[in-house]
Amino acid sequence: MNLPAHTPGPAPRHHVLSVLVENRAGVLARVASLFARRGYNIYSLAVAPTDDERFSRITVVVDVESAPLEQVVKQLNKLINVIKISELDPRDSVERELMMLTVRAGVDVRSQLIELLGVFGGDVLDIGHDEVMVSLDDTPARLDDLEELLRPFGIIELQRTGRVALPKLEHSLGQGLRS
Amino acid sequence: MTTHTNGGSALIKALECEGVEVIFGLPGGAILPVYDPIIDSPIRHILVRHEQGAGHMAEGYALATGRPGVAMVTSGPAATNIVTPLCNAYMDSTPMVVITGQVPYPSIGTDAFQECDTVGITRSVTKHNELVTRAEDIPMAIRQAFHIATSGRPGPVLVDIPKDIVDPKNPASAMDWYWPTDDEVASSLPGYRPTTKGHPKKIKEAAELIMAARRPVFYVGGGILKARAAEALRELAELTEIPVVTTLMARGAFPDDHPLCLGMPGMHGNYTAVTAMQQADLLVALGSRFDDRVTGKLDGFAPTAKIIHVDIDPAELGKVRRPDVPIVGDCRLVIEELVKALRDRGAGSDSNDSPDRTEWRSSISGWQERFPLTYEQSEPGELLKPQYVLEQLRSRSPEDTIVASGVGQHQMWTSQYWKFNHPYTWVNSGGLGTMGFSVPAAIGAKVGRPDRTVWAVDGDGCFQMTAQELVTAATERIPVKVAILNNAYLGMVRQWQEMFYEERYSEVYLSPDLPDYVKWAEAMGCVALRVESPEEVGPAIDKANEIDDRPVVLEFRTDASEKVFPMVPSGMTNDQIVVDPTQQELPR
Repeated sequence: MNLPAHTPGPAPRHHVLSVLVENRAGVLARVASLFARRGYNIYSLAVAPTDDERFSRITVVVDVESAPLEQVVKQLNKLINVIKISELDPRDSVERELMMLTVRAGVDVRSQLIELLGVFGGDVLDIGHDEVMVSLDDTPARLDDLEELLRPFGIIELQRTGRVALPKLEHSLGQGLRS
Repeated sequence: MTTHTNGGSALIKALECEGVEVIFGLPGGAILPVYDPIIDSPIRHILVRHEQGAGHMAEGYALATGRPGVAMVTSGPAATNIVTPLCNAYMDSTPMVVITGQVPYPSIGTDAFQECDTVGITRSVTKHNELVTRAEDIPMAIRQAFHIATSGRPGPVLVDIPKDIVDPKNPASAMDWYWPTDDEVASSLPGYRPTTKGHPKKIKEAAELIMAARRPVFYVGGGILKARAAEALRELAELTEIPVVTTLMARGAFPDDHPLCLGMPGMHGNYTAVTAMQQADLLVALGSRFDDRVTGKLDGFAPTAKIIHVDIDPAELGKVRRPDVPIVGDCRLVIEELVKALRDRGAGSDSNDSPDRTEWRSSISGWQERFPLTYEQSEPGELLKPQYVLEQLRSRSPEDTIVASGVGQHQMWTSQYWKFNHPYTWVNSGGLGTMGFSVPAAIGAKVGRPDRTVWAVDGDGCFQMTAQELVTAATERIPVKVAILNNAYLGMVRQWQEMFYEERYSEVYLSPDLPDYVKWAEAMGCVALRVESPEEVGPAIDKANEIDDRPVVLEFRTDASEKVFPMVPSGMTNDQIVVDPTQQELPR
């Protein structure tokens, strides 16, 4: 079955940084304030502990040219609580993001919506009289696609988590198993 | 065996274990419990009159001794008052540990009396800061603070300590004493591993570039002093016979009386230092950071030079100018390796194929002859020339005198006219440019080096910002000496308004007589003299140098029309350097 063509992903100015930090109070503020000081907008941000509870991983997508980014990465590295930073090139990493949407969907269009969602592999989380709440976890580009296709139904609320990413494994199957 | 104690006593004991000999501070509500055990501690506490003074004293102490300065103040307004010294120390990479009191942990975030978000406010002006929340964490927090402040690229570290964990009356302060080992400190900081040893391949590449250069210059910054690399630098310079420029932060890192020393580069650097850098084919930046005051307009800076950049902070490499050979490492260790690599390539012997540098040397000596620092001496009865005062101050004070300065014209003249022949004799505010730095910094330096004569050279504008610390000096019997160059103006701003704002002087006049500096200094327990004519300068300085039991203030009435030259106007390239009016017709 043909899926809709991907809409363009984030512009090339976007960079994905994966920042391994100590899991302690104030670390996120230190990281965030380095971007804020230079007026760089953080496009998305996801933070959670890793398998080692002493450390958390911050995945930050930032809107900036490459040259100043190099300086920000070096400044981030100077933070005492930052362990390691890698910039993840989308071509060499696997990215995921979760999106939840509440969509206007009366009885007449509900099955149409659910069918569309099924094509994307999304889930129905809740059903109301005239609304359906759905979710999709996939690449950011696929989330963009679904959002675009659901827009005609009428999007009431939308929430995305910001992307998380890990480097692709060596000898991985081309683009990774699912993307 | 465990010793039961409380957080307050543990804090003081931890400072003792770190070898702290003096704390500059001022008590208040939240830090009160820590001030009780100080009474029984061998650590000297110096009671300042304003918390900013405590911070700058700690900086002056650190700059003169190389050991970290320590300041301790209470929460809220005291913490905000010490933000300027923290930022100053951060910009100048000065090792300093600041301890601030904080409201009790359960009250944090409630807008309690004298509460402020100290860690939040100081985050961007410290190398690191930490709010300690449990008494048993205090020894480790102090060890980490000293380790971070003094290793890698040094800098200020702030430790914020809530009152409840240091107050013996509060159960939250109870703890068993322990002192973490070096290994425990290292493993508690998994993200902090400064690189000190330069990469051998890069050192090899650097040696090859140096050997091949026709017009090389060593561009030396404050990192040399932080790394205690003055001797290593001298060996490197003498081995290669390459001239050295010393930035504002590096004055004294290489002796001014050395034939290879070209002096200070930059906006008010001397013509030879500025021009040698402009025309160099190789700049070897050692612990310097291509500050805008050194480079002038960046795209016109040293256009033909290749760059070797040595710095312990990887973020400095490529920040301003992309180096051809970047080397991350401690300046002393890298220079020592570089010296070996150069010797291996025949440096210092006749058996090498380095290009002939005779032409470069003669260009340099030509500039030195045509464009020395110069001024016209005033006649008796006329206002003093600040340059003359500084020459007299230098020649009439002991060779190893430490000199501190504030920020402005007097700072530039001091840097230009003082002959710095020893490291750690120059205490000034470089990066932040903090007016009012000199009096407290000089006090801190004198506390750290009581064997030395310490002069503060100050402007009248600067002096009015922090003069109250002379009360501290008088009370504590810290015999610093202050030379106020009183030109009744915010002189540097006046100079810019004269040169770039068509002599429209806006809010720069201060009055020579208000305040009466002599009466003011006397009221603060100092000996004070006013000097108005050239022939009085020498005797007044001699008299000041003889007094060793209290602070001395000399007020010199100086000529407000005197300007700092040379000058690279803001936004211009270093080729557009403006020399003294008497030298403007000379061939460049």
